[in-house]
Amino acid sequence: MFKIETKRSLAPGINLFSLSAKELAAKTKPGQFVILRIDEDGERIPLTIADVDLEKGTVSVACHEVGKTSKQLGRLNEGDSILNLLGPLGKPAEIKNYGTVLCVGGGVMAAPLHFQARAFREAGNNVIGVVGATTKNHLIFLDEMEKTCNELYVATDDGTEGHRGIDFLKDLFIERKVDRVITEGPVVMMKAVSDLTRQQGIPTIVNLLPIMVDGMGMCGACRVTVGKNMLFGCVDGPEFDGHQVDFDELLARLKTYTPQEKIAYVFWEEGEKHQ
Amino acid sequence: MSAPKPKISKEAVPMPKQTPEERRYNFKEVAIGYNQENALLEAQRCLQCREAPCIKGCPVGVHIPVFIKSVKESKFEEAAKQIKEQNSLPAVCGRVCPQEEQCQSKCTLGKIGEPVSIGRLERYVADWEREHGFVIPEKRPPTGKKVAVIGAGPAGLTVASDLIKLGHEVTVFEALHKPGGVLTYGIPEFRLPKKIVEAEAEYIQKLGVTLKTDALIGRLYTIEELLQQFNAVFIGTGAGLPTFLGIPGENLCRIYSANEFLIRVNLMRSYDFPRAATPICVGQKVAVIGGGNVAMDAARCAVRLGVKEVKIVYRRSREQMPARAEEIENAEEEGIEFEFLTSPIRLIGDERRNVKAIECIRMQLAEPDKKGRRAAIPVEGSNFLMDVDTVIMAIGRTPNPIIKQTTEGLVTAEWGGIVVDENGKTSIEGVYAGGDIVTGEATVISAMGAGRRAAKAIHELLSKK
Repeated sequence: MFKIETKRSLAPGINLFSLSAKELAAKTKPGQFVILRIDEDGERIPLTIADVDLEKGTVSVACHEVGKTSKQLGRLNEGDSILNLLGPLGKPAEIKNYGTVLCVGGGVMAAPLHFQARAFREAGNNVIGVVGATTKNHLIFLDEMEKTCNELYVATDDGTEGHRGIDFLKDLFIERKVDRVITEGPVVMMKAVSDLTRQQGIPTIVNLLPIMVDGMGMCGACRVTVGKNMLFGCVDGPEFDGHQVDFDELLARLKTYTPQEKIAYVFWEEGEKHQ
Repeated sequence: MSAPKPKISKEAVPMPKQTPEERRYNFKEVAIGYNQENALLEAQRCLQCREAPCIKGCPVGVHIPVFIKSVKESKFEEAAKQIKEQNSLPAVCGRVCPQEEQCQSKCTLGKIGEPVSIGRLERYVADWEREHGFVIPEKRPPTGKKVAVIGAGPAGLTVASDLIKLGHEVTVFEALHKPGGVLTYGIPEFRLPKKIVEAEAEYIQKLGVTLKTDALIGRLYTIEELLQQFNAVFIGTGAGLPTFLGIPGENLCRIYSANEFLIRVNLMRSYDFPRAATPICVGQKVAVIGGGNVAMDAARCAVRLGVKEVKIVYRRSREQMPARAEEIENAEEEGIEFEFLTSPIRLIGDERRNVKAIECIRMQLAEPDKKGRRAAIPVEGSNFLMDVDTVIMAIGRTPNPIIKQTTEGLVTAEWGGIVVDENGKTSIEGVYAGGDIVTGEATVISAMGAGRRAAKAIHELLSKK
């Protein structure tokens, strides 16, 4: 069992949990993820690690409530426990001094992106941050990114805060020399960022979280096409060259269980009502 | 004057089974198991040969005639104790060992009729013991030595059980949330009920073994770190990585590796979805590619998930199928169709990228080569389309690379397996390995055999120190 030490609401339906897992925290590097399972009937879901606290022995993960498992997690509180927590999984991010690094985080993934941004800053980079969300009140981790990055841009899909969409990056790339781009967020956003940087020839790393079951190379559900290769998100990734990833395939594969996810949610919600 | 010897039946007492009509709709065990009467009758058939050829056929050397004699005398507790001297997982082995190729193939009775059903008797004894409560054997006094075992599959559990009985302190690290390895994630409930695997793992914990689940070695701790805390390490991480054919279209949706399919069904209990939250997506036309036991398991799971049409697509003919004859028969009885001498060359998807057809080519067998193996050669122009809505790739598994990648100085073969000597010793002092991570995909019992040998070598090492 792994205890929830703290729970912090970041936005409607988005929470940051810190979980007690001393050994895991000690081994975690930015870019890696965990797989958790809430209870005996639960599914295994991957979540990118958003931070660690070595003194308290905790790892934190941000979770956006979209389906059954994420909503169930969202209803847990400080002091509650989850049954299983496995990690750290995947290869750590390559943190070096590249010069100027642009970190683009979308939605809930702005939290784990901050973990990387801080490491890039500590490695001596000039870090430009971009935090994006669908709309203003879904923006998260603005204060943290503000503190960590040398400069910060904000973007929303609907333009309710900051730039509308990420097209402004085009101008940024003209004005500024960017040596490396790191992006974590919805697949459509990572695809759009990669398309922009491809034109500029800027190396771009995407952090992918495809559907997976075990998270250690066994199931192959997380396979992605990168260039001409079939690679596994869990053991070959989660970071890949954004210019080589077949995002359309990834998007289709992420939708494999959409109808089942709805069924699972309705079934669980009904069960909760009768408790 | 001694009583006349009863005539020995040439036929074994048959295994009571669920009928194919029944079992198509449930995940309950197909083979129901002997009752006491069946077991006593079958045990009577054992000739108690002095030279006991059956023992030579057993990779862990169970004293077969000895335990069968106890069964004959209705001393079941005694029989269980006798089996467990060599085999710590009898309820598992009694169910999934290919006895027809091992102990039973050597049985003297086999020369005149059917061999003694050693596996069924082993299962009966093990089930009897579980139902009547395990007897915890006496342990040797603590040696103060500590051993880390990586992987709670057949090899790891055997090493753990052997070494704890010798007085060493054993910790088993398992990456998944449940112990058992392939017994839990791979072999379906209807061949090996999970409560049996759980009971075997519990038994080993009762012996004093510490089990740590959710512990992925290589990431949570390295082998090097383990060696600072433990006197020896055993790696039994199995052959866990799926293989794909490398043909176009393999990343379409609803194409599963057999591993993924079986993990969802067995470990995550997708058959109980949505009560168990892990979904599985099968349509009405499932093709399973491959001809081994894993292919049979996947196909038979698909039947039980309610799929109308399940086909096994295999590139050679029936005679070359690596699956156990018994499993092929079971599959046939359950209505699974076989497409022999057929090989997929391309997978075709619909507008949503769901697989909708397989382009296949017919194969023919070449003349046997020097090793007697007949290569499958494509028949030019024989291409055809097979309509499907789900495809399962059951074409083999390879070793997991995480330990290899994170352990400096560990010598591995080109295909990824760990290189060991005859005692299971790796290139690193104090580190041993066994099971599928060394041999590639093989049987449960051969992994247990490797575990026994490694445990013996580790014990010798620890006794010297």
